[in-house]
Amino acid sequence: MVTYEDVLTQTYQILARFAKGQKLTEGTDLLADLGLDSVQVMELLLEAEERFDISIPLNILPSVRTVRDLAQRVQQLMERA
Amino acid sequence: MSLFDKFHQLAVTRQALFGDGTVPFGVVIEKVLSATEAIVNGRPTILAGTNNYLGLAFDPVCIEAARGAVQEQGTGTTGSRMANGTFAAHAALEQELSDFFGRRSTIVFSAGYLANLGILSTVPGQDDVVLIDADCHASIYDGCRLGSAEIVRFRHNSVADLDKRLRRLAARSRRAMIVVEGVYSMLGDRAPLAEIAALKRDYGAYLLVDEAHSLGVLGAQGRGLAEEAGVETAVDFVIGTFSKSLGTIGGFCVSDHPELELVRYACRPYVFTASPAPSVVASARAALAALRTGPELRRRLWDNARQLYGRLRDLGLALGPEVSPIVAVLMASPEQGVAVWRGLLERGVYVNLVLPPAAPNGGCLLRCSISAAHTSAQIEVVVEAFRATRS
Repeated sequence: MVTYEDVLTQTYQILARFAKGQKLTEGTDLLADLGLDSVQVMELLLEAEERFDISIPLNILPSVRTVRDLAQRVQQLMERA
Repeated sequence: MSLFDKFHQLAVTRQALFGDGTVPFGVVIEKVLSATEAIVNGRPTILAGTNNYLGLAFDPVCIEAARGAVQEQGTGTTGSRMANGTFAAHAALEQELSDFFGRRSTIVFSAGYLANLGILSTVPGQDDVVLIDADCHASIYDGCRLGSAEIVRFRHNSVADLDKRLRRLAARSRRAMIVVEGVYSMLGDRAPLAEIAALKRDYGAYLLVDEAHSLGVLGAQGRGLAEEAGVETAVDFVIGTFSKSLGTIGGFCVSDHPELELVRYACRPYVFTASPAPSVVASARAALAALRTGPELRRRLWDNARQLYGRLRDLGLALGPEVSPIVAVLMASPEQGVAVWRGLLERGVYVNLVLPPAAPNGGCLLRCSISAAHTSAQIEVVVEAFRATRS
């Protein structure tokens, strides 16, 4: 069983290249703080899918604003798999 | 704070990229001269971005059919077929499409966009999964968003990635619909359909192929990529449009599944849109008949495609991955794309400027689409304009 902390740590690693040196916290907003555009969001999802070996449905995007949201959804999807 | 705050960044980006110069929405076709020429900014211009693949938008028989339908049936149906009824020509067009594809039934929509919106929002439901190629058209994404199925993207044209995602679904793969395009609209590349059809069979999934850019373009009879790849029986739903090779506007879905007839009752983009106008239906029928007469138009189209692709490649330009009636010239940056696009326009050549996110992989491209109606000399003018603009 993967823990939320494990997922969060790996999510930080994935986000590092998108953050361009910005400090990341659970509350970091992917759009407002990191300024990700739609193409970068898709790249981010692909990387997370590879890392965690899951498919992330696009339907979750409207409910993902922060790093915490993303890590929680990934953990849920891993538990479902 | 206002409703319009979110458009501020768009305005900033537009200003930075275009300044006060010409923007794509600002190009006015002042007078159409033929399927391949128009007056733009007072200048005779070769149209090399129309999607009018077979040149049928100016076919005399199609024009006469549209003219006759206007006179006999009026300018519009003024309502949905659910409310206002089906014109005989709607039913005839659906029958002719079913015959052409050798399928049980067809639904005609008022636009290609609405065909994808309608089918993808209605057929896959709450407990189903739609697997879409990452480079699929916006209408496919929007159809999924309007529906309630789970939406999963797979890497563009990657059979291995699709396989992996189907495997993750386990038993749910039997409720999955794979969605691909025959020819992708931006780069002009084809789906690896034989391999995708094999996966579809292995996992017991469903397969939808949008043949918008391959109808009349691929296949011995012009039925598209599924015909060319020899896998038509594996395709559950074929989506198509009248607005490209058939030279008018509208869309359709054909299928052997008897439930397609029931989709009419549940499909909001079908029920709540006025049905195609009589002139549109008449010209689509005439164009379909022209497409069915033989391969001559397709042969001319492919001769022209090979000429343009080969000559632009000889110039050393970076192009899409394969010869196609869609010839994508890849630009190093949006700024370069705008500059070359304007340079072409000043030299009397119109192509499509495609910026991210519409262009794949965050890139920028100048999208040419060739027509059977282009002459070899016109193609040379397009090539020369690219050469002169680049230097």
